[in-house]
Amino acid sequence: MPDAQDVLFRTLADPTRRSIFERLCRDGEQTVGALTAHAGVSQPAVSKHLGLLKTAGLVRDRQAGRQTHYSAEPRALAPLADWTKEMAGFWTGRFDALDDLLKRMDN
Amino acid sequence: MTEADTETRTVVVEREFAHPPEKIWRALTQPHLIADWLMQNDFVLAPGHRFNFSAEWGTLDCEVLEIEPNATLAYSWCGLGLESVVTWTLSPSAAGTRLRMEQTGFRADQKLAYHGARAGWPKFLDRLDHLLGRID
Repeated sequence: MPDAQDVLFRTLADPTRRSIFERLCRDGEQTVGALTAHAGVSQPAVSKHLGLLKTAGLVRDRQAGRQTHYSAEPRALAPLADWTKEMAGFWTGRFDALDDLLKRMDN
Repeated sequence: MTEADTETRTVVVEREFAHPPEKIWRALTQPHLIADWLMQNDFVLAPGHRFNFSAEWGTLDCEVLEIEPNATLAYSWCGLGLESVVTWTLSPSAAGTRLRMEQTGFRADQKLAYHGARAGWPKFLDRLDHLLGRID
């Protein structure tokens, strides 16, 4: 039974989709045309990827005249980017390394 | 900006070491020793000294904020999507020293979240692997 997080994982598993999302995070709001220029796939393919990213809550769109502008919703990644978990793992590893160093140091 | 974007959080890691505080203090404050267990650095034990930690995955901008020899050391720890302060506290204990690391900080804007997402990829890929084992 897929839950919201599974959808998130599956959506970002595709490298083309992930690079589109990363580009929006990095460079801010863009049109489908601008994204296509960098994506290396056709505009319909980019549109399809954007549709899936939108379904996953990772991007939002805004209509301006004939153009649709897309922007990233990086907060949708919160479950994957909880820095406290990352850092707790990092520091635990560093404590192990410190323990190892202390054993090798002169008193 | 939303509340969630600026929320401050704290990580605490504590451990008891069978070594005196003075020895642990050296490991926390001498650059070649810091490099052995933490990261490459140009640390100097002086209030207000700005320095960098660097590893193959990036560089952190830091500043020495508080020094109480053999007892407390605090420095800012900024970069890679995080604005934070790391505070080390050394307390003598029966076995030697209780060492406490407290890191308090936050992720702020979209750019930072992007870096966070990048940092999250390896974990994400592990989860993905696990997920793929469960679905058709």
